[in-house]
Parts: sequence; structure tokens; C-alpha cells
Amino acid sequence: MDPQRKRKIRLVVALSVAVLLSVALIYTSFAASTEAKQPSELIGAAPGTSYEMTGKVVKGSIRHHGNGIAFKVVDRDEKGQSLPVTYHGTVPDPFRGGREIVLTGQVQNGTFVGEAETLITKCPSKFTTKNG
Amino acid sequence: MASFGSVLLALAFVAALAAGGLALCGRNGDRRRVELSRRVVYAFCGLLTACVVIIEVAFASNDFGFKIVQEHSSIETPAFYKLAAMWSSQEGSLLLWAWVLSIASSVALWATRDKLREIVPYATAVMMGVAAFFTGLMLFAPDVQPFATLSPAPSDGIGLNPLLQHPSMMIHPPMLYSGYVAMTVPFAFAIGALITRRLDAEWIRSTRRFALVAWTFLGFGLLLGARWSYTELGWGGYWAWDPVENAALMPWLVSTAFLHSIMVQEKRGMLKVWNACLVVGSFSMALLGTFLVRSGVLQSIHAFGDNTVGPYILALIGIVVIGSTLLIVSRLDDLRSPKRIDSLVSREAVFLVNNLLLIGLTAVIFWGTFFPLISELFTGNKASLAAPWFDRYTTPLAILLVLFTGIGPLLAWRRVSWESARRVFRVPVAVGLVAALALAIFTDAAHRPWALALFAFAAFALTGLAQEFWTGAAARRRLTGESTPAALVGLVSRNRRRYGGYIVHAGVAVLLIGIAASSSFQTNRNIDLKPGQSTTIDGYEVTYARPTASVDKLAFTAGAVLRVVKGGEEFNLHPTRNFYRQTGEAGNGSISNYFGGESDSNIGLEAGLARDFWTAVQPNITGIEAAARRADEGFKACVAGGPGTPPQCKAVGAMMRAALANPKLRPVALAQIEKLQEATAQRIARGYLAGNSAATFKVIVNPLVTWMWIGGLIALAGALIAIWPVRSRRRGALVRTEADARKEAKYREIRDAELDHAAGKLSDDDFALVDAELRREALEILNAGNGKPMPSEANGHATNGADGNGAEPHTPEKVEQS
Repeated sequence: MDPQRKRKIRLVVALSVAVLLSVALIYTSFAASTEAKQPSELIGAAPGTSYEMTGKVVKGSIRHHGNGIAFKVVDRDEKGQSLPVTYHGTVPDPFRGGREIVLTGQVQNGTFVGEAETLITKCPSKFTTKNG
Repeated sequence: MASFGSVLLALAFVAALAAGGLALCGRNGDRRRVELSRRVVYAFCGLLTACVVIIEVAFASNDFGFKIVQEHSSIETPAFYKLAAMWSSQEGSLLLWAWVLSIASSVALWATRDKLREIVPYATAVMMGVAAFFTGLMLFAPDVQPFATLSPAPSDGIGLNPLLQHPSMMIHPPMLYSGYVAMTVPFAFAIGALITRRLDAEWIRSTRRFALVAWTFLGFGLLLGARWSYTELGWGGYWAWDPVENAALMPWLVSTAFLHSIMVQEKRGMLKVWNACLVVGSFSMALLGTFLVRSGVLQSIHAFGDNTVGPYILALIGIVVIGSTLLIVSRLDDLRSPKRIDSLVSREAVFLVNNLLLIGLTAVIFWGTFFPLISELFTGNKASLAAPWFDRYTTPLAILLVLFTGIGPLLAWRRVSWESARRVFRVPVAVGLVAALALAIFTDAAHRPWALALFAFAAFALTGLAQEFWTGAAARRRLTGESTPAALVGLVSRNRRRYGGYIVHAGVAVLLIGIAASSSFQTNRNIDLKPGQSTTIDGYEVTYARPTASVDKLAFTAGAVLRVVKGGEEFNLHPTRNFYRQTGEAGNGSISNYFGGESDSNIGLEAGLARDFWTAVQPNITGIEAAARRADEGFKACVAGGPGTPPQCKAVGAMMRAALANPKLRPVALAQIEKLQEATAQRIARGYLAGNSAATFKVIVNPLVTWMWIGGLIALAGALIAIWPVRSRRRGALVRTEADARKEAKYREIRDAELDHAAGKLSDDDFALVDAELRREALEILNAGNGKPMPSEANGHATNGADGNGAEPHTPEKVEQS
């Protein structure tokens, strides 16, 4: 086979593999992703669907129950209704009232039940202008 | 001092613009202007250094008139962390960016002062353009002026978050920054090369080391971040596919690809378009990292406040990407190489595969990182992807990478005969197979096929690398008659780039073994125990021996002593959790404020080469909090002095009221109250110890995780060996002119081929072909440059020196035919 043709075939094969892989990537990413919601959007949400909830922990709302905690969250802009949350499992170090958290879970009877090990508290680390 | 600093910063901005302008004026060969522009770059560096010194002095001397000091430090912040607090602020980190860039630019321009005459002016302009951008941000963008002041100066600052007060947090950000910033240098020289159409390997040879430095800083920064997360965060993981982590990983991956593919351009003059794209990609990714940390567009555990500089950086990225793409497209004809890859079984072909894998990995991570934005665009919902999605794609790609990391070093450049391939692959393949079989039979690795594949490939790669060292050292021993260790040291120090690279490969293979083992075979449990209770985890009998509690002025610490027994092994761990007081409120009489502030974990870790036993405790503080609230109420009642208050209480209340009326009494009263508070907190702590209350423990048994850190350090050592400048054997004669550099490069190529031949990677026939071709090319260079003659053909191929180093091949060193 002449080299020109051989290279063309190689290129076509490589490109089709790349296209196939990227289609798989795109498909699975839409299938595997979890919808992100703010607390106010989750009030009254249907049970059985997992959401990734991002909100701010209401100061003074944290209560310990055995190895679990219950607290309330509001939208990041701190407007709108608050949503009660329960969570079992270890709590990250920076977790406290007033902090933003990300938690995956489902709504059951008006309460957001978090999956263990999915609680992420934003690091209060750098570039915050206030300590808190 | 602050206004002086502002003036210096403004001068630095002017200097950056002037240096860039001067360099551009000198682009047509006006050496004086280019020289002057280089000196102005040095001045720019000096000015920014002065700015950094002023800020650091302000931190060290608690000058709270500086806004940056007031917001990120306090009198009580330990001295070491005061100096590092600069880059925990937005403006301070921008200053750090600009300062590191000024240093990198100065070093790069100094190193190329007699080289690349056509490219340097443009490279200077690009570097100074970026520098002026960042300096300008600090001058003109709102809220990020490092020299902003507060008037009147407050008496104390807010302080540095205790979570950040950890040694690796002090080094981790500047490491990543230096990595991001050093990427600017190869990018700037690439742009210069594209503009001037000087697209041979010259610019690569002069800036390769900067790319390697950037790569090393980024890699080490990532490793430190992972270590911090593992030991400090009370989470026990080291990687979470968080956007900010990904933002640092992506430029590292792209620059890994770049470092490999530039070798193909150096040796074979191929892949020029690809290299130009990679260098632009690395730099854009570095800027993107800088942007992501600051913009708040993506949800990240690294919550950096939403702020004002994001859009500007985004604009810069846009300019860089669009401008570079147009430039590359307009130079496509100059970038074409007449050469093709000779054979799919050659080192350059493997480099190409490894490049595709690395870019594929980057593409996956990029897609996953930005998926929330992509999904919002198409579905209106900000949906995000979690770790399992990332793992699904990155695991097979990483495993393939390890395989090719093993194959690459075993193949020679250009072509490999099946016979020599069989010779060099025999042992590593056998070891890989034996390792796979042994692991499958004797351990439960067979349940995790991915991990098993990785272990087998890593065994193959490590054996291949060991074989490289062995055959190289053996060839050198035959030449010099040295002992084996001396030959090994000589081999590495004479061929730092090659063997340094191999050491990096070995380190990465070891690191990936650690990652695969600890992520596939770890046991991770949350358990509730009361003092005295036991449970068994992964064969370890874990007993909650006793609770601990202590109080000081800053924090209330509750912890546990765990007794862990397995077989003859026995150790105690003491995880604790600190509840920090809210700063500035120590004197307001509240005990509860111990529990309203930050809290962090001190983990208990029994590290070992076979496994780590990791634990963190979550004490149940419901009782403590209730006691604290009761104490606070009691204290309030005291001060109010209502009917029925105990007599000692009355005294305190009377003193408080007296202090309110008479400010002179206030310090005495405050000291009394503090003492009382501490006594109360001590009492609560004793109550907790006696209370027998349960605590939640997170326990992780992590096999082989220590090898991750060891592998990382090995890779770091290899990178340092490769970075270390090689002096030419002709003492002091550092390569000066471009013709010299080209000649050196060709000589090195000849030596590499000889080394490959001596190590049995090239068959005699292939070697004769390759060598003849290389010599012809070398003669062309010599005729063009009229340099020294090549070693004469009469000496024969096989008699040329096999130990590559900084000089031309030497004839007296004989290599036996293998």
C-alpha cells in the first residue's frame, strides 16, 4: 500500500476512535451527573431523586443525634425558606453554622437526607475577606 | 510605608511596560535596546522584591495599618505563619504571582543573554506583557491593592485560619504558583519562535529547563496538597477531583506531554505543530488554574470568595488562546516537518502514544471539571460529576500510561528490530507476568482487575528501568573499570537528563502503586464507641481506652486514646478535635464561644510501609455544649445580681459593674473573668471525662499508601537530577552560540544511539543505519557552522564513547559490542 494512503487510513481510524470515545464521555457524563439545587428549590421536591444540594448552614441550627446531625440550610444569598437536613457520618473539619456546604441526598418527608460521606464543607481558606 | 509601596508597585508597572516596549523596538537587531530592556526587567524584579519585603515587614511587625495584615494575621499568629500569611490573601497571592514571574523572566533572560537573538525581544515582550497585566491588576482592579491601608490602625488583626496553620500549607501555594508562573517562560519563547519563524529546536533547548522546573513545582505542590489533606483535614483522602485540584493537575499533565514530545522535536525535528499547541495549552491551563481559584464560577471545597479579578484573567486567557491559535495557523507551512516516524516500534512512536494518553486524560478531567457549566448551557441545570465518573475514565488511562512508561525507555529512537526488542523485553515482561500471577494467587488482588493490571504493569516498568540502569552501569564499568556503585553514580551524573527522567518514571510508577492499592483495598469505617468498648476492623481490635480533654486560652480539645491490637502488633493512637475560640471575643464572658468558632482534627496515624492505620475522632459534644450554655446563663445571672445569687458570684457581678463605671478597673476585671472562664472550662472538661459519652471514630486501614509519598519524593529527586545544569566537559565552556548548541545536540544524539547499541536495544544493522544518518546530519551542521571536525570515521562506530555527557563523543573510551 502506498504510504500516503496508509497514513490517511491511520488518521481516519484514529479520528473515529477519538469521536467514539468522546461520545461515550459525553453520554456518560450526562447520565452520571447529579442535578445541583439550592435549598429553596428542594422544598417540596419529589422523593426518590438524588440531588446535589448547595446551601448555607443556618447558624445555631446544628443539633447532634447519636452519630448523626440535624441542621437547616438556606440559599447562598440567605433569602427564602430554610430546609431541614439530616446527615449521618463524619463531619468535615470546617463544618459549622454560616458555612457553605455541598451535600448529595434525597428529599424524604420534607427533610433532605444526606448520603454518608458526601458532605463537603467549603474550606474557609484563602481569599476570604472575613474570617467566617 | 504603604504609600511608598504603592509608588514602588506603580514604578514596577511602568518598568514592565518599558521593558516590553524597548524589547520590541530592538526586534530588528538593535542589541543596545534589547540589552537595556533586559536590565529594565532586572529592575522590575528588584521593585517587586521591595514590595514583597515591605509587606512581609508589615506582617512581621504587626502593622495593622496595612489592610492585608489586619485581615490575615494577628498578634497571636505564630511568627512562621505571619510570613506565610501574605499569600493567603487575594492581593498577596497576586503579588506573589507577579514577583515569581519577575524572577523567572530575569533568570530566563540572563540564561539566554547571548542566544536566540531574534526570539528574545518577542519573548521579553510576552513575559512583560503578562507581568504588566498582573501588576496592573494590583494597581487598578478594585479590592486587590496590596498596599491598601486602614485608618485608624486597629489594635489587632483577624488572624489566620487555624486550618491553614500547617507547614505544608505554607509551601503548597507558592509551589503551585511557581509552577504556574514558570510556564510563562517556555510559552513566551515559543511565541517568539513562531513570530520570527525560527522554529527549529533552539527555543526548546533554551527553555526546556523552565518547563521542567514548572512541572516539578506543580507536581510537588500537588503532592503537598494531597499530604495536607490526608494528615490534616480529618477526612483521610488525598484527592477529591475538586475543580481546584483539577486545575493544578491539568497543566501538570499537559506539561508532562510537552516535556516528552519536545524530545521528539529535538531529536527528529518532528511534531512541531503539536509542541506549539502543547506549550500554549500548558500556559492557558496554568492561567485557567489561576482563574478558577479566584472566580467562584465552579463549586469547590476551596471556596475562594467571589471577587473582582476573575473576568480580567478570563480575558487574558481568551487573548492567549485566540492569539496563539491564529499565530500557529499562520505559521503552519513553517511548522511542517518533512520527516515521518520510521516505525511504530520506536521511542518516538511510544512518546506519541503517551502524549495522546496524557491529552486524553486532560480532556476527560477538563470535561468533568467544567461539566456544571456545560450542563447548565444545554439543560439549564448546573449538574455536576462526582469522583466515580472521573475514576471510570482516569483509571484505565493511567494504567495504560504506566504500561507505556515501561515500554518507552526500552526502545531506541527511530527503529527497533524484533530481535533486539526480544532481548530487552524478556526480563521485564517475565517479571510483570510473575508479579501478576503471584498477586492473583496469594492476595485478593484478582477481585480488582484494574489494580491487578496496574501492579503488573508497574512491575514491568520498574524492572525495565532497573535493567536500563544495570546495562548502562555495566557498559560504563567495562569502559572505566570502576566498581558497580561508582559506575552507577557516574552514569547518572554524566547523563542527568536521561537517568533523571528514568528516576521520575520509577517514582511515578511507585506513586501509582500506592494510589491503586490504597484506593482499591482500603477499609473505611465509621464506628461509635463508648470508653471501654472494642470492635474489630480488618483484623485490628480497636478499643476506646479513655477520653481526653484539655483547655487552653485558644481552644477546647476533646480526644480519645485508642488501643489497637493485631497479632503481635500493638499501638496507641490519640486523635483529638480542637474547638477554637472565636477570635477577639475571649473577654466577653461566654464559654460557648469555644464551640462557635473553627474546629479541626488532629488525626491519629500509625504509618507503615505495608499499611497506614488512620483515625479521626468526632467527640459527642452535646453534653459539653449544654454545660457551656448553663455556665453562660449562670454568669449572666451573676452579673445581673438578682435575688438568690451565691456570694462569690455577687463579688464578680459587683466587680463587673464597677469596671463598667470605671475604665481603670477594666483590665483587672477582665483578667479575673478570664481566670474564672478557664476554671469553668476546666470543670466542663472534667465533666466530659467523667461522662462516659460515646464518640464517633472514622477509621481507615490504608494499604501501601506510604508508597505514594515515597514515590512522589523519588520523582522529585529524579526531576532535580534532570534539572541540575550540566557543565560541559570543557571546563567553563558553557554552550554559547546557537551553532554550538546544535552541534552539542547532534553529538548527544550520536552518543544516545551508541548507548542504545551498547545496551542491546539497537541491532548492529539498525545502529549502522542510524549512525550513518546521524553523522551525515552532523557533518551538515559542521559544514554550515564551520566548527570542529567530527571524530574521524576511521575510529569506527563501535569505538566511540558510550557514556554520553556534555562533550562530543570521545574516542579513547571503548565499548564492547554486545
